[in-house]
Formats: sequence, C-alpha cells, structure tokens
Amino acid sequence: MEAATRDAYGEALVEIGEDERIVVLDADLSSSTRTKKFAGKFPERFFNIGISEADMVDIAAGLSLAGKIPFVSSFAVFLVDKGYDQLRNTIARGNMDVKVVVSHAGFSVGEDGASHQTFEDVALMRVLPNFRVIVPADYFEAKAAIKKIAFEKGPFYVRLSRPKTQTVYESEPKFEIGRADVLREGKDVAIFACGLMVGRALRAAEKLEEKGIDAEVVNVPTIKPLDEKTILKSAKKCGKVVTVEEASVIGGLGGAVSEFLSSAYPVPIKRMGINDIFGTSANWKEVLKWAGLGEENIVKIISTFVIS
Amino acid sequence: MFPELEEISYKVRELVLKMTTHAGSGHPGGSLSATDLLVALYFKKMNIPHLSSPERDRFILSKGHACPALYAVLALKEFFPEKELFTLRKLNSRLQGHPELITPGVEAPTGAEGHGLSIGNGIALAGKLDKLNYRVYVLLGDGELDEGQIWEAALTASHYKLDNLVAIVDRNSFQLDGATKDIKYLGDVGEKFKAFGWDVIEIDGHNFEQILDALDEAEEAKEMPTAIIAHTIKGKGVSFMENNDEFHGKVLTEEQLKKALEELEKQRRKIKEAK
Ligand SMILES: Cc1ncc(C[n+]2csc(CCOP(=O)(O)OP(=O)(O)O)c2C)c(N)n1
Repeated sequence: MEAATRDAYGEALVEIGEDERIVVLDADLSSSTRTKKFAGKFPERFFNIGISEADMVDIAAGLSLAGKIPFVSSFAVFLVDKGYDQLRNTIARGNMDVKVVVSHAGFSVGEDGASHQTFEDVALMRVLPNFRVIVPADYFEAKAAIKKIAFEKGPFYVRLSRPKTQTVYESEPKFEIGRADVLREGKDVAIFACGLMVGRALRAAEKLEEKGIDAEVVNVPTIKPLDEKTILKSAKKCGKVVTVEEASVIGGLGGAVSEFLSSAYPVPIKRMGINDIFGTSANWKEVLKWAGLGEENIVKIISTFVIS
Repeated sequence: MFPELEEISYKVRELVLKMTTHAGSGHPGGSLSATDLLVALYFKKMNIPHLSSPERDRFILSKGHACPALYAVLALKEFFPEKELFTLRKLNSRLQGHPELITPGVEAPTGAEGHGLSIGNGIALAGKLDKLNYRVYVLLGDGELDEGQIWEAALTASHYKLDNLVAIVDRNSFQLDGATKDIKYLGDVGEKFKAFGWDVIEIDGHNFEQILDALDEAEEAKEMPTAIIAHTIKGKGVSFMENNDEFHGKVLTEEQLKKALEELEKQRRKIKEAK
C-alpha cells in the first residue's frame, strides 16, 4: 500500500485524542501536517497559533506545565529552525512532556525549493539533551510511534514526510523506543536506514543480491537513543556499514552510527544523505536523484563500497 | 500604606545584594526594580495553597536574570530554607544562575529573554480548558520587549481572550548596554499593548497601593489580557545603584555592600518608626 507518514499522524491523533490530556497546536499549516483531523474532532483542544512558531513551542511548554500532553506541529524547517531556542531553552531544559511532530521533512516539498527543505533538523534535535528523536520508515510505523510516545513521559521529536510511499510494514509494527529492526539478513554489508529511505534500502538490497552482494538492511527509527546492540551486531557480522537517510550526512543517523562505531567497533562506513548542501526545486523523486539518493545510485555506491 | 510589605521588600533587597555579592556574579539592578512587584504578588495577591495544587496562581519570571529577587521571595515564603540563598550559582545548588524547575516555587525555566509570555499563554489556556480559576502573572523586562516573540505572544493572548493572564512590564527604562531609548526606542509601551488588544494599566511599580489596585483591577478585565506597565527604578533602594546601568550585571563589592546595607537599614528603621 502507498501512504504518507503525515496521514498516519492525523489518524493516530484522532485515536489518542480520546484522552483529554492531549492537546494539539499548529502554526497555520494544519491542513498540511494533518492536525486538522484532530481539530475537526476535538476543536476545544486544538490551538492554531498562527504563523508564530516560537510562541507556539513555548505555549506547548506552558500547557505541559499545567498537566496537558501537547503535540506541536508544523513543517520541520519552520518548527525546528524558528522554534529552536524554545525547543532548547524551555522544552529540553525543562524536560517537558511535549511531543514535537513535524511533517514535510527532507525533500518532501521538493518543488518549493531550499526554503522549505530540511536536512539539518535531525542533527539539531539530536544534540538537545532529554529529546528522543524518531524517524519512522512508513505509514504503519509512524502510526505506531505516535501512539507509543503520546503516553511516554518527556520530550520527543518525530520527523514525518509528505510523499506517499510504498509501505515497508504490512500492518502496525510493535514500536519500541530505541529499538532497531533487522528487515533483511545479510553478511557483506550492513545498511542502516531511517525514514523513507528504508524502503529504498530494501529495494537496493534486492538489486545488490543480483550482483552477488548479500546486504543486511536495518531500519533504525530511533536516532536517539540509538539501538547500539543491534547496530553493533550487524556491523560485526558484515564488517562494512552504509547509512542512508533523507537528512544531512553531518550529525544525523550517519553521524550517530559513526560516533558509536568509531569507538565500539571501527569499520569502514559510507554515509549517504544530503552532502552539506541546500536543496533545489523539483519533485520529490527527481530531487532525491539529484542529491544522489536515487535508487540506482544507492545500488552503485554500495556495490563500489563493498567491492573496494 | 503597606508597612508589612515594605518591610518584606527591604528584607528582599538586602538578601538580593548579599547573595549576589556572595555568589560573585548576578544581576542586582533589575532584581531591585522588580522587588516590590514580586513582594506584592507573593505576599498579598497570589493564592498558592501549596506548590503542586492545580488551582494555584502562577508567576513566571520572564526576565529570568532577576531571579535573585525571586529566590529571596520564595525563601521568605518558606518554600526552601533562607540559608540556601547563599548557594546561589554554586556547584550542586538548586538556585541556578537563571531559573530552573528544580527550585521549589519556580514555575518555568527562563533566562533567555522573550519566552515567558508564551509560556504564560500555555498555562492560561490550560486553565481555561480545565475551568480552573487560577491566574497567571508574567514579569517582563522593558528591554525584553525588543524580542519579537513577546509580540507574537501578545497577539495570541488577546486572540484567545486570556483574561486570566497578566503581563507586568518592569519599565525601568534600562537594559544591558544602556537606556532603552538609546538601544532601541520603545515608544509608548502601554499604547503598543493596547494596539495588540490588551487592557492596560500604568502604575508606579514601587507604590504598593497602586500595584495591588492594578492587580485587582486586572481581575475585572473580561475576555482580554491585562498589561500592567509598572514604572520602576533600576537599582531601587540604594542611592548609588539607582538608574545606574553599571549594576545591571555587576555585583557590589564588599565595601559597596556594607554601604548599601546601611542605607537599607536606615530606610527600614524609618518605616518601623512610622508604624
Ligand atoms: C535572548 C537573550 N539575549 C540576551 C540576553 C542577555 N541579557 C541579559 S539581561 C539583558 C537586558 C535585559 O533588559 P531588561 O529586560 O530591561 O531587564 P532589566 O533592565 O529589567 O534587568 C540582556 C540583553 C539574554 N538573557 N537573553
């Protein structure tokens, strides 16, 4: 089935919204982030704050200080980049029970160009103490993740996307915070991926098999805390590691895996993602290809890396 | 006249100066301008049955650098021992350089200017949702009004008709680098809040009668938030600190402290005699 992770969010909010502590805030993008669904069902617990992301994040903090469980949403680029001081100085410092759920991350809004595309957010959110960072692979995992974190104390950052993509799971998986999921066993190279790149990694593994390369594919939805046990096991088994993400090669999943393995078990690592550049206008698939994350290129880069 | 409150204010001023000099750093000037406002709120106005009661009134020190005054007030309210004030800014202290939630009585972490009014909006919205009658007071610096977020929050508060929210502006006309009129001209602060849909009351922020009347009047406002523009004096209470921006982020030397305490003591005796 083809579906978008943001749609899972809208639907999950309506399910968990039965709990009266849940409140939802948006900054004039509720139709895009899908929080509008919640607003329709529970209008008294939905707050459109207007185009005021900094204000919105601190309002969520205030609501949580008074016992609510706020979900706060916008596009990744606006919420994180305009609300960062508030995410840091209020939510993270106060270890508050606020769920930051962004949509349109990475190249999601391809045609809108660099102003709307975000690659720095994973790194920015990962360095904030107390925050846990989650990048679901598909619609089903997004739904499970939202339902899970809602009632888990403390701040979370969940990164969602706009494009409808082929689901990786067939139904809602059991989502555990800090747990990676080995989707395909292999022995020549361990591919760690997150978000919409998980599906691409799986398809790349099939192509690699045709070339005689046996790739292991691990979905790592929780960038922080990292599932070190699973990552170590796959790295040891394969001896070579590739990370694939729709985020900067600096500080995201690739950064986290490299930081960990460099001391735990140094192996050659190839980080695939956005190479420290701004994006450009084009549709999602085209712009991914432009950035080197096209499916054929992933296969090419990995096979060269394994053979070398 | 409120001699009991004035008495407490002198005690707070004394503690502010002693603890900041003891700590070796901190922000005495803006603490002294805010002292009478804090004393009126905590010792007369606010209803705090206990620190975790859902219906308690909330106070948020948005200009977090004035926390020595808040800490002194919280200690005099016996939320923690007075002697703990002398752990300010030291390793393992619950009294951090800027407010943190670990301090009993602190309602929000602040310190970076600009956040408090939005946080107050959130607590006020929750009060409306839960149909609780608590009130939310947010103390802003006038220099802090340079922050764009304050004006985002001001619009939000009037849009959501937060009549349980009161912003108090400590209008001492100074900020870090100098006078507000030289750093960034603010114009008429009251008119600005009015234009943002707020009820506005202008007072002398060192006159308890005016402060308490304004806080009462704010309760009359219906479907709109209230801004109290409190005209104050930075460094209030110590002659050589008043309107002297040198003492924004600089503490008194032992010698200056001695002189300041003598001045405060003299004023205190005067109140006692008048009583
Ligand atoms: C976002 C931010 N920028 C800079 C500072 C440094 N700073 C601390 S206090 C201050 C001036 C504050 O002026 P005002 O709000 O008028 O406080 P008061 O004069 O009453 O002490 C500045 C710039 C800060 N705390 N936060």
